[in-house]
Amino acid sequence: MSDKVKVTIDGITVEVAPGTTILNAARQIGGDIVPPAMCYYSKLEGSGGKCRTCIVKVSKGSEKDPRPMPKLVASCRTTVMDGMEVQNITSPEVIEARSGVVEMLLINHPLDCPVCDQAGECDLQNLGYEHGLQKTRYEFERRTFERIDIGDKIQLHMNRCILCYRCVFTADQITNKRVHGILNRGDHSEISTYIQTAVDNDFSGNVIDVCPVGALTDKTFRFKNRVWFTKPIDAHRDCPTCSGKVTLWYKGEDVLRVTARKDIYGEVEEFICNTCRFDKKKTADWVIEHPTHISDTSVIASNHYETLKPLPVIQNNPQLQQANKVELEKTTKF
Amino acid sequence: MARKLLLEHINVPGINTFDVYRQKGGYRAVEKALKTLTPDEVVEEVKKSGLRGRGGAGFPTGMKWSFLAKPEGVARYLVCNADESEPGTFKDRYLMTHIPHALIEGMIVSSFALGANTSYIYVRGEMMPQIRILEKAIAEAKNAGFLGKNILGTGYDLELYVQPGGGAYICGEETALLESLEGKRGNPRIKPPFPAIAGLYGCPTVVNNVESIAATVPIINDGGDEYAKIGIGRSTGTKLISASGNLVRPGVYEIDLGLPVEEFIYSDEYCGGIANGKRLKATVAGGSSVPILPANLTLKLANGEPRLMSYESLSDGGFATGSMMGSGGFIAFDEDQCIVRNTWNFSRFYHHESCGQCSPCREGTGWMEKVLHRIEYGHGKMSDIDLLVDVSKKIEGNTICPLGDAAAWPVASAIRHFRDEFEWHVKEPIKCLDTNYGLANYAQPIAKAEVTTGN
Repeated sequence: MSDKVKVTIDGITVEVAPGTTILNAARQIGGDIVPPAMCYYSKLEGSGGKCRTCIVKVSKGSEKDPRPMPKLVASCRTTVMDGMEVQNITSPEVIEARSGVVEMLLINHPLDCPVCDQAGECDLQNLGYEHGLQKTRYEFERRTFERIDIGDKIQLHMNRCILCYRCVFTADQITNKRVHGILNRGDHSEISTYIQTAVDNDFSGNVIDVCPVGALTDKTFRFKNRVWFTKPIDAHRDCPTCSGKVTLWYKGEDVLRVTARKDIYGEVEEFICNTCRFDKKKTADWVIEHPTHISDTSVIASNHYETLKPLPVIQNNPQLQQANKVELEKTTKF
Repeated sequence: MARKLLLEHINVPGINTFDVYRQKGGYRAVEKALKTLTPDEVVEEVKKSGLRGRGGAGFPTGMKWSFLAKPEGVARYLVCNADESEPGTFKDRYLMTHIPHALIEGMIVSSFALGANTSYIYVRGEMMPQIRILEKAIAEAKNAGFLGKNILGTGYDLELYVQPGGGAYICGEETALLESLEGKRGNPRIKPPFPAIAGLYGCPTVVNNVESIAATVPIINDGGDEYAKIGIGRSTGTKLISASGNLVRPGVYEIDLGLPVEEFIYSDEYCGGIANGKRLKATVAGGSSVPILPANLTLKLANGEPRLMSYESLSDGGFATGSMMGSGGFIAFDEDQCIVRNTWNFSRFYHHESCGQCSPCREGTGWMEKVLHRIEYGHGKMSDIDLLVDVSKKIEGNTICPLGDAAAWPVASAIRHFRDEFEWHVKEPIKCLDTNYGLANYAQPIAKAEVTTGN
């Protein structure tokens, strides 16, 4: 028996290790067929399954048991089976259900993007852009909360929270003393700390990076600038507590903020410590590497030019190369 | 009169004490199972009996037991789900209050069958008197040597604990119950893995309803085949039904599955008809989560055959013309009742009880509740009705646990069957505040409408 299983997602077959989730298999293919994920975070154990934006249809369970799964499943928590066939963007049912989920996520979200620091790098904004309705059908008052300071560097703006639980898992897994969790239930749930205790930990700042929306923001950066006016530069330093590999966000000569490096799915590559994040805001502290690669679909990428590269799955498959010939020629013209 | 299996001795004074229960033939099943049967034989008996889970889903209990993983050196647990919180269901509370030993006996037999040496009864926090009753019953059973170390000299050890919950509806969902039992926030887990593989403390666990566990006692006493003779088709045995609403005699009834619904509502042996001589308007057949059915579809199937109280017959016709057995919370509405208000009330419950973990249920239940509130209080719009249908569709099937479905079904079915009433609420925004649809249109305000059928 081979140690790889074959899974077909939207007609594209890929071989992955057993135990891989559908979402991660789709990420190995890349491109449009990757389901969006608001709560799943590959670096956090136990995350996922909550936001339901990554739901897909399993039209064939496996080679052995070809029955389709009765319900749409969360791709971030469903492992692949050999011969599984998954439909994501090719299934109208999935698209409809996903737009329903996006609508649900947005009904209690303040949509205050013009004054939100996350705007421009917000996962919910991207998701709403792709799947949202033109106009809300929700005609009631949205739930509101007071803003809370978690320590002197982080602010929690619960109105914007979509309860993805990422920050809870972060606080639980990369910090040793857990004082951060969920209070109440249903749509009154809120992220909070234990009796307003400040989260005091070297790695607490990472909750800002994992937050998919603008609920947890960096107080040293709040209202300083819009992210698309800043220039991200990868840099590193010799840090005794973390890897020290970061992205510096420049405006002119000044470093406005420091974040961990994020991959194309918005997930941090390595968590960084609070000293790097909040205290080292001088170019002299850092060894500059190169400008950060930003996806050309992001607003941050305006004025940054990059060659478009064909997806990895196309690169080593002559058949797909042939099929996408026109597209590929277009990209090489740039 | 049908034979009672669970409530046979309910009227015996002092049946809640160990001595009386033992005199009436209690704990025979423990003796039989532990002394003459092997665990696998007990599982086999339960399989043969065709007993289906009494908590709502109706999954065959014997099958569930046989799925339990049995790795070497890992503890197994049996957890009894006594977190009965479904509006309209009160059978488990009744059973625990009056015959607590039936549950204890069932727990011993079932734990033996599963090889569990520690078992838990997770009781809803509001049921404090029942918790005391169960604890007293456990102490009595322990004194008599039916619990603890080396039960009846057979070498089988069992410790039984009662754990009060916090009173959350969601903790009746099996994985949320396990989370809560572990001392965490009661959020349902994402399945797979199922509790049979990794449940309580990561060990294989079976979670069963109170009534399912109590039903193992007659199954062991009389044999699985004997139990399977009662009932109809794949719905075997007897079922406790919590009848409530506008009935002459609401209460907990033990019925043979397969009893016609009409007989259940109107016969004097059971509910005795609709109170005040009114006519039946609608029923909710299995607790608030199941689709509501209008009177004609309650009594007859879509093809005109009489509807029976069984898992298959109640769900006949799918959601278009059918409902579900659910947990057996039978609620009857007479013609004076307002379906819109009732739907709003259910929806308010689900809004309050949603755990807030996954988005469609967290946001959608609140949305539906607000829209229904608006319709009920005369501020609705015609488009709201379609909006409700659409929202319920977006919740249904897209959530981690069945609470989302349970919140969506009553709303969708109420609109499917009683759309005229919702529209009337929109059209008559002032009148609907003090009169309800039935009285405004067809029902007689004084109780003199004749009973449609009676036998």
